[in-house]
Amino acid sequence: MSQTAEQHQSLWLLAASPIVWAAHFLLCYITAAIWCEKVVGPGGALMTVRVTIAAYTAVALAVIGIIGWVGYRRHSYGSADLPHDDDTPEDRHRFLGFSTFLLSGLSAVAVVYAALVAVFIGSCH
Amino acid sequence: MSQERETLGSKRGDVEPLAEAPPEEVRRAQAERLLRAWETPTGWRYWSSVNNSDVGLWYTAMTFFFLLFGGVLALLMRIQLAVPDNDFLSAELYNQAFTVHGSVMMFLFAIPVFEAIAVLFLPQMLGARDLPFPRLSAFGFWCFLLGGIFLCGSIFFGAAPRGGWFMYPPLTSTYQPDIGADIWLLGFSFIEIAAIAAAVEMIVGALKTRPPGMRINLVPLYVWYVLVAAAMIVFAFPPLIAGSMLLEIERAFHWPFFNPAGGGDPLLWQHLFWLFGHPEVYIIFLPSVALIAMIVPTFARRAIVGYSWIVLAAVGTGFLSFGLWVHHMFTTGLPGISLGLFSAASEAVAIPTGVQIFCFLATLAAGRLTPSVPMLYAFGSLVIFVLGGLTGVMVAIAPFDFQAHDTFFVVAHFHYVLIGGALFPILAGCYYFYPLINGKRLSDRLGKIAFWPAFIGFNIAFLPMHLTGLRGMPRRVFTYPAGIGFDVLNLVSTIGAFILAAGLAIVFWDLFRPKKKQPYAERNPWQAGTLEWTQEMPGKPWGIRSIPEVDSRYPLWDQPNFLRDVDEGRFYLPDAEEGRRETILTSVIDAQPYQCQRLPGSSFITHAAALTTGGFFVFGTYHWWWLALVSLVLALGVIIYWLWTGTALIPEKEAKDVSLGLRLPLYTSGPSSVGWWAIFITMLAVLTAFISLVFGYFFYWTIHEDFPPDPSPGPGVFWPVVAAGLLLGAWGLTLLARRWNRRDWAAGFYVGLLLAAALAVAGGAALLAGPWVTGLDPKSHVYPATVWLLAIWTAGHAVVGVIMQLYCVARRLAGRMTARYDIDISNVALYWHFAALTAVVTVAVIAGFPLVA
Repeated sequence: MSQTAEQHQSLWLLAASPIVWAAHFLLCYITAAIWCEKVVGPGGALMTVRVTIAAYTAVALAVIGIIGWVGYRRHSYGSADLPHDDDTPEDRHRFLGFSTFLLSGLSAVAVVYAALVAVFIGSCH
Repeated sequence: MSQERETLGSKRGDVEPLAEAPPEEVRRAQAERLLRAWETPTGWRYWSSVNNSDVGLWYTAMTFFFLLFGGVLALLMRIQLAVPDNDFLSAELYNQAFTVHGSVMMFLFAIPVFEAIAVLFLPQMLGARDLPFPRLSAFGFWCFLLGGIFLCGSIFFGAAPRGGWFMYPPLTSTYQPDIGADIWLLGFSFIEIAAIAAAVEMIVGALKTRPPGMRINLVPLYVWYVLVAAAMIVFAFPPLIAGSMLLEIERAFHWPFFNPAGGGDPLLWQHLFWLFGHPEVYIIFLPSVALIAMIVPTFARRAIVGYSWIVLAAVGTGFLSFGLWVHHMFTTGLPGISLGLFSAASEAVAIPTGVQIFCFLATLAAGRLTPSVPMLYAFGSLVIFVLGGLTGVMVAIAPFDFQAHDTFFVVAHFHYVLIGGALFPILAGCYYFYPLINGKRLSDRLGKIAFWPAFIGFNIAFLPMHLTGLRGMPRRVFTYPAGIGFDVLNLVSTIGAFILAAGLAIVFWDLFRPKKKQPYAERNPWQAGTLEWTQEMPGKPWGIRSIPEVDSRYPLWDQPNFLRDVDEGRFYLPDAEEGRRETILTSVIDAQPYQCQRLPGSSFITHAAALTTGGFFVFGTYHWWWLALVSLVLALGVIIYWLWTGTALIPEKEAKDVSLGLRLPLYTSGPSSVGWWAIFITMLAVLTAFISLVFGYFFYWTIHEDFPPDPSPGPGVFWPVVAAGLLLGAWGLTLLARRWNRRDWAAGFYVGLLLAAALAVAGGAALLAGPWVTGLDPKSHVYPATVWLLAIWTAGHAVVGVIMQLYCVARRLAGRMTARYDIDISNVALYWHFAALTAVVTVAVIAGFPLVA
């Protein structure tokens, strides 16, 4: 019961994975923009940035994975099936967990999309 | 205190309504008292009403007026483009027409209609008597009305803005020195402030005024969407307000933010504008599709399929839509990797957008579809929007966009998105929700007759535009020569536009035709399951007779005797013993009731506040600075009077019985009070605007070899560091004053807070002293201009903070704030957290960054 009590819940959990996506996205953009403007200039090589983005991506996916796992665990708390619409703290707990899990999945896909750009683009051109 | 709250609003399991209804005469007396508390003023005083059902109605009606205005402009443009070499509109007037059309549709229809519908129906959906800040909603409406009339009126004087709805400099700075751009910049900044006010209202309303028991997994989907869209407003509008401020300062005082001759860059405007402009599309789309999420289950006769997936879609779209802004700037020469990142995010956002549409289709497939007019418009919306979404995926691919950019292809794309994603859902919503407004239904026959010309006309008008665009016809050009492949397509588009207009005209007639003789609709005419349909026909000003305990996503379907229990006052707050307007505040996650919130009644103070604030912006447009300043001071006076007389009122007793054996406190402060949340959200918006300015500083750093110049001409290190010390001191003393007030140590409170105010004044002055003593000239180059702007912004925070501190001193002196009733100082302390953060960042940037760069 205490695990599902209201004071242990937060809407921020829903936002956690998308926030990781946003941080990853902004870091990729800013790193590339500064690199191309300040370091190598237009048309310069991008290898360092590509490696950096790979590192960002590994960290971001790991964090999203953990959040998603926490969400999945909450989703499967006890024994209840979707759609988690009962008027109980347990079902509310499962709903928040499932939504967190889904948002983690979406965030992971979006992070991979961003990382793919660094796979295909090789210069600041 | 906390002990007391624990027992007052302690955890409650499932609460059943009263087993027996109160006796008939008791119920009648309760209803009379409720009615007296919520009575709508009559005669000319009607316009002082702040009840959400009145303000929401005016708000919605005005947005439809602006829709009509923008639509007429569109028809004028279509007449002009019907045939080649036409001279129906001059190039000059055509420029004004497309600028005003776009601006009106975005800022005066699409966004406000979301706020209007939410003000109108959100309390109903939440079983609340009203939103937590009724006067704030009314203030927002009057600001919107004033600003809207000011903007639309300008076209009749040939003075309208004509730089496109996105106002790109240098066209709108160097090349259009006349008043048009000022009207846009200041007029819309005024309206954007109203939008942020509405967003604060929505967020706090959705989180805090839910009915007891409506846990976060039982919230109506509309509320989820509104929560996301309102949160998006908080982060999307401030960059535009910051950008508008920069552009207006450049136009009025020649600080060269966007002028390359002074080191500025017009590209910064594009960043700030689209950082607003793209999320804005989703701010329009989400609350509109939310209407469909309410309509579909009703006519499928079953609960929505994939509730969690729709929450995923709403929240996910809200986030991803902030990663798309550069796709409007694909042709500005950014590095390929930047384009790629934004292209990737633009493709990713299609996933959540698609998910919710599949959920709607699945609900319909799993249920038994009842044909109806709202569903007809909902289907039309899905067809049109999906087509617009598909062309969106096309233009999100950079190489395709290079070809289609600034052609009619893009015009076709975003009209499919906005008319499919916003206008048709809103029309569906009109037919669905109209009985809640005045108890009468719209005509099914007229609705069906109107749908087909609207749907077919829309496609005749906009489908050919894809081809016109691919053939190379540019946007925003007032005419074209004959014989280069545009003639027939344009004529077809014009014919289609008029067919669409005919359909919409029928809808308008249906909405506004007199309905005196028409009988009232039956209650819950669609047999829906959600809370708003508990409303009687016609509705009462109190909104709901008693505030129910909710156990289901569809209480009208699932909770037995629900309507009877609501009507007979068997739930919470069935009475207004003290003759005051009240609603219940509940906790965010499980909607546990914890406070009975008193709400303000009718007032003209909102009009005075809107007029005086509006005066500042309107006089500013004409560069009548003295009048603008006088207006601003008046606005400050009015707002202080409003706060002094209407907010943080000390109740006559500590707690009251709200029925069903629950006693709730009448006053809480700090994070459990709604005012604290409002300040928090507002300051998040202000902080976002500030971050946009800081972004500008670093943007100039990336594009210039010598930014900040070496050696640095100012503001030095000494004065900024002194300023940071003083402002942090003011912050610390404010926090101490809050603590001393709680301990009821009056002397400590007064001395601490007055000292804090003195430090804040000194800190603001020291901050300005930096650029002043080093002789930075903001007109000479963008570096001194940016430094000055950051310093002035932060000093402005100090000034506002001082006003707040003195206000708290006065409140305690007047006995309107005490050790127990301390909302004022709690909220001011919260403000000072943000002010201190702003000061630290400003000093780190203007004094620290030149050292490390």
